[in-house]
Amino acid sequence: MSLRNVGIVYRKELTEAVRDRRTLISTILVPLLLFPVLSVGFGSLAVALVGKAKEETPKVMLRGGEDSPAVVEGLKKLDKIEIVPETPGWKDQIINKEIRAAVEIPAGFQADVAQQKSDTVKIFNYQGEMKSEFATDKIESYMKEYRDKVVKERLAAKNLAETVLKPFEVNRENVAPPEKVSGAAFGGIIGYMVILLCMTGAMYPAMDLTAGEKERGTMETILSSPISRMHLVLGKFFLILTAALGTAALSVLSMGVSFSVLGHYTSQSAGGRAAAAEFLLKLGPKTVISVFLMALPVAVLFSATLMTIALFAKTYKEAQSYLTPMTFLVIFPAIAAMLPGVELTPKLSLIPILNVSLLCKELVAGTYHWNYIAVIFASTCVYAAAALFIAIKMFQRESVLFRS
Amino acid sequence: MIEARGLSKRFLDKKRGEIRAVDNVSFTCQPGKIYGLLGANGAGKTTTLRMLATILEPTDGTAVVCGHDIVEQPEKVRANVGFLSTATALYRRLTAQEFVEYFGRLNGLDEATLKKRVDAIFIRLDMNGFRDRRCDKLSTGMQQKTSIARTLVHDPPVMIFDEPTGGLDVMTARTITAFIRECRNSGKTVIFSSHIMSEVEKLCDTIGIIQSGKLLVEGTLAQLRDKYAEHDLEEIFVKVVTPHFAAEEAN
Repeated sequence: MSLRNVGIVYRKELTEAVRDRRTLISTILVPLLLFPVLSVGFGSLAVALVGKAKEETPKVMLRGGEDSPAVVEGLKKLDKIEIVPETPGWKDQIINKEIRAAVEIPAGFQADVAQQKSDTVKIFNYQGEMKSEFATDKIESYMKEYRDKVVKERLAAKNLAETVLKPFEVNRENVAPPEKVSGAAFGGIIGYMVILLCMTGAMYPAMDLTAGEKERGTMETILSSPISRMHLVLGKFFLILTAALGTAALSVLSMGVSFSVLGHYTSQSAGGRAAAAEFLLKLGPKTVISVFLMALPVAVLFSATLMTIALFAKTYKEAQSYLTPMTFLVIFPAIAAMLPGVELTPKLSLIPILNVSLLCKELVAGTYHWNYIAVIFASTCVYAAAALFIAIKMFQRESVLFRS
Repeated sequence: MIEARGLSKRFLDKKRGEIRAVDNVSFTCQPGKIYGLLGANGAGKTTTLRMLATILEPTDGTAVVCGHDIVEQPEKVRANVGFLSTATALYRRLTAQEFVEYFGRLNGLDEATLKKRVDAIFIRLDMNGFRDRRCDKLSTGMQQKTSIARTLVHDPPVMIFDEPTGGLDVMTARTITAFIRECRNSGKTVIFSSHIMSEVEKLCDTIGIIQSGKLLVEGTLAQLRDKYAEHDLEEIFVKVVTPHFAAEEAN
């Protein structure tokens, strides 16, 4: 009988939700369109900008070097760089991006090198500016090559082996499986997205089923029916939970599809995003299921909390003004988990939302810390149960239901 | 059958302190009779009826509806009550039929019984023309019929009407008053509240005048006319209520 009542309420709320344009937009349309639009939009923008930056031949101004023809000749032969003669106000020209860098060759540079005197070649650039850095890198690597050549000649002249200056090599090699390397980069984002979309999915129905019901005057109607308030609250809660999980599931699906489509078309030109797509495709059902299992108590927590807060409001608008600040409360710990260096610790594993986003990062990277999984799942379940309990209690209070 | 025993409701208001919305009210409503609660706005009518319908819980006292205590067994009370007020709106996104069926299911009807009931009610209230239309697309009259159908779907022995005709045009209001008479004639216990004298005069077997949460006088129309030597109910009402108004003003 009791489950039947919860089911009756759930079915009716579902019928209403499916007929409501605002609910459909927030739970289905937004998550389905968000990722294709974001990834295609930003992706193609990035490709266009990077491509354009590489096409342009940066101008580099040459200062001095009249008595070092060999070096100047070498610089002029450099690919994708245009060496221009010196004009006054070169610093301003760099700042105004008329030229991208300037290189200063000290007087008598080649002669000094021949006599083994130390000199300094200066490169002036616009730090952080992509095209300027590109030109600077070119000049710098040319000058370093030139230096290496000089060193080799000097060693040869003294009959010394190259190992005199390089007694041993230092190499680094990655042994982590490739999915863990990319997991560190993308795992945080996936956890963040799932959590945020759980929240946005729950938000609209949470308001509609509580404050909306008060505003439309149906609260008194439903309270006069024999259903107990607990069954009523549970039926409503399950619908909000469905919306939260549905939104998260749809968004992960659309994220996977849009990345893989994008990866398919741009695998040559945009290595990074192709890797992202590949990585998402490699996310097996095991990872997806474990991320969702962890998201489940979080969705319960959100649904119950949002419902309780919205229940206090008398109108839909009032509910909106209460729930909007909640978004920031959720975004903050979710973003904190994305920061590099923030890792799971026993203390952090008790902080709601933050703990799950951190764990999602690990799960996506393919690491299963069973102790943490148990602690986080249990603690989130406790928070979720508490939130649901409060929601049921609030629904029994006349001062909340009939606030005037 | 409704028996209210010392029914009281106190609210805490931030500015005005404790408010006795309903103060120690006792009365009895018999099956096949209409009991009318007559009072000005804010007299305590709505709070009293909401307590009888177990939407609000009394602070003190209780009432027995169809043998069930409103505090101890609120769900059983609601299963025996049909509650209709101007505030009981419809679910806009459901059709008239879905709306009535929803409340039938919440009242524990099985699907076969529900279908029979709904079909019978829709024929009786002449609602088949709009049974598949969404409630937000119904006229006021159609909405009232849908509300009536909701209160009837579980065939309750007790009907509670809280200012059922408030804000309605004459024709729609007549549908409601005709329905209230019909409830009485089919042997239901009916209680309804109003501040419209003519409505109470025409409908009620027993009249209770309520002011500031207190039930001041109770009796049939004939008894009240005798007691206050007035024929017009409005004159009677003014005579009953005026001393209390004066006392309140003095406070």
